[in-house]
Amino acid sequence: MTVSGEILDQHWLDSRARPFIHIRGVTKQFGGFTAVNNVDLDIYQGELFCLLGGSGCGKTTLLRMLAGFETPTSGVISIDGVDMNDVPPYERPVNMMFQSYALFPHMNVENNVAYGLKRDGLSKEEIRLRVGEMLAMVELSDFSKRKPHQLSGGQKQRVALARSLVKRPKVLLLDEPLGALDKRLREQTQFELMNIQDRLGVTFVVVTHDQEEAMTLSTRIAVMDAGQFVQVGTPTEIYEYPATRRVADFIGSINMFEGRVTENDADHVVVDSTDNALRFFMDHGASVSDGSRVWVAVRPEKIRLSRTPPPNEANQIEGVVQDIGYLGNVSIYRVRLESGMIVEVTVPNQTRPRDGKHAAGWEDRVFLDWEASSAILLTR
Amino acid sequence: MIIMKPTAVKSTGIQRYQQMFAGVSRLLQQLQAQWKSVVVTVPYFWMLLFFLAPFFIILKISVAESLIASPPFSDLLEWTRDGALSIRLSFENYSYLWKDDLYINTYLGSVKIAGISTLLCLLLGYPIAYAIVRSPPTTKNILLMLVILPFWTSFLLRVYAWMGLLADQGLINDLLIWAGIIDSPIRLLYSHFAVYVGIIYTYVPFMILPLYANMEKLDMTLHEAAADLGARPAVTFLTVTLPMTWPGIVAGSLLVFIPATGEFIIPDLLGGGNVQMIGRVLYNEFHSNHDWPVASAVAVALLVLLVLPMMVYQKVQEKESGSGW
Repeated sequence: MTVSGEILDQHWLDSRARPFIHIRGVTKQFGGFTAVNNVDLDIYQGELFCLLGGSGCGKTTLLRMLAGFETPTSGVISIDGVDMNDVPPYERPVNMMFQSYALFPHMNVENNVAYGLKRDGLSKEEIRLRVGEMLAMVELSDFSKRKPHQLSGGQKQRVALARSLVKRPKVLLLDEPLGALDKRLREQTQFELMNIQDRLGVTFVVVTHDQEEAMTLSTRIAVMDAGQFVQVGTPTEIYEYPATRRVADFIGSINMFEGRVTENDADHVVVDSTDNALRFFMDHGASVSDGSRVWVAVRPEKIRLSRTPPPNEANQIEGVVQDIGYLGNVSIYRVRLESGMIVEVTVPNQTRPRDGKHAAGWEDRVFLDWEASSAILLTR
Repeated sequence: MIIMKPTAVKSTGIQRYQQMFAGVSRLLQQLQAQWKSVVVTVPYFWMLLFFLAPFFIILKISVAESLIASPPFSDLLEWTRDGALSIRLSFENYSYLWKDDLYINTYLGSVKIAGISTLLCLLLGYPIAYAIVRSPPTTKNILLMLVILPFWTSFLLRVYAWMGLLADQGLINDLLIWAGIIDSPIRLLYSHFAVYVGIIYTYVPFMILPLYANMEKLDMTLHEAAADLGARPAVTFLTVTLPMTWPGIVAGSLLVFIPATGEFIIPDLLGGGNVQMIGRVLYNEFHSNHDWPVASAVAVALLVLLVLPMMVYQKVQEKESGSGW
């Protein structure tokens, strides 16, 4: 891919790009409770944007404000340059796919999908054509006369998707779109969603509490907590360079060592751990002062596990295997350090176990180490 | 592999308890199975005894002839002089109902009054039920309580109270004269108006409660979905709310329409001689004319009039739900 192509894809890096959804200073209060607290966000055309967070973090409220079901207590939301504050839901250029699907139980599949088009007063012929096209896309043409209660969960979900896409909205809002599906169907639907988004070029805003879903689907993720954004970035940025301990903890699993900065240079930082008598070495500078309290975070898959002491001295820990979780493709080792701390290590099972034994067995003494570039230095 | 015969095992203390326990639980299961049939049988027996049996008695009287005797009708079965059993059926009472304008007009009048009352109950009850469903839980219970509250007073007393309100020297006329809106009392009592007021007042809870039960289950996200797809509130109501609350509308309407058609006390007390409804005709045939056979025929005809359309509706519903929800 060329450099310009990259910029075209990543609008948020292009200073000239005009955001499609523009959120400024938006606050929503319910009684005394602040669900969304003064957030700013720009979402660009063609993005697949994920709002990620635990329950009650305000992600759904923000989505409902985009749909028009809630009005912001203060702040501005504009879509495609139009201020949405006084626009009722039925006049907004957005459509929503509800978590419960909200299919009309008294209408068959065809009429459910046609509902929005009928409201636009399109001709019968046009409606028939577009509904047929949409049902073909979600592979439900044979089910057009069925009522929702005669469909499986996955089929309902596809009807809901067809119904929200058939009006060709500028923005599609998806509330926990894969929540009710089983794992296989989820994975399949994830990729279907990405394909559809790619093909139609619609801007997707997805609300989810599932970090895996957010990682696979999105171009960018906004991690929300207590009504505010903790970090906004690409899945790689969020995973490899989390801004805070909370984000690091929320996305994937991570090992965290508390410590103090003992050396701080432009090209490296050294941290002494508080309760492990360990020394960590990072090959990049950081804006921290000597002696300040920091956390060194390492992802389980970035750690090497060996039976013999590794050659490099830095970032080396010794411990005893306490638990092994065999997942087939990888094994998760829980290694107990002398201090009692448990470190999680993911080891790919590149070879079949010999004599029923994996890289290490229970109660084996093992050595852990990682690259100087692998650890993350967190200050909060 | 060694297979032990179960009989070869000598039962220990624990096993004896287990066997005892199994026996008790089997007994309980049998009782439970019987209990189920008891639970079903008792109400059916009740209905058989106090509904079906009287109905057949009425049916029998309706095909008898009127006599000046006690009881005032001829027997269905009679021994002839030569010892044979003869059945005497007379359908004259039914043809009499058909021939005399009074009955047909009263039937039609009753259906009309009941129909208009049902419609007005629906127009009044629907928004009330909707408002109750949408209100916060604590308010909801209070509002529901208020709907049921009138039943704590006797129905008859409440109708008498309306007589007091609607009379020429009643509260409403007094108030209107005091306010200077009218000079002399207007006729409220003993009119169709009074009957409508009475019926709607009495039966509106029977409309509200089934509607409430139906709307309670209504998924409010469907309204949001409709709005999201471009439906204005009025369109959402017509295309989503109304069709989805249809079962509640039908249930409430039947609960109002059926008893209202046969209503006797309200037209008698509030309508006076000016409003003829079939319940009053029936009462007069029975008590004033002492014509039990015609009175029975009126009752049977009323039942048929009400049950047949319901059965047709039921069939249509069944057909629809066969292909739909």
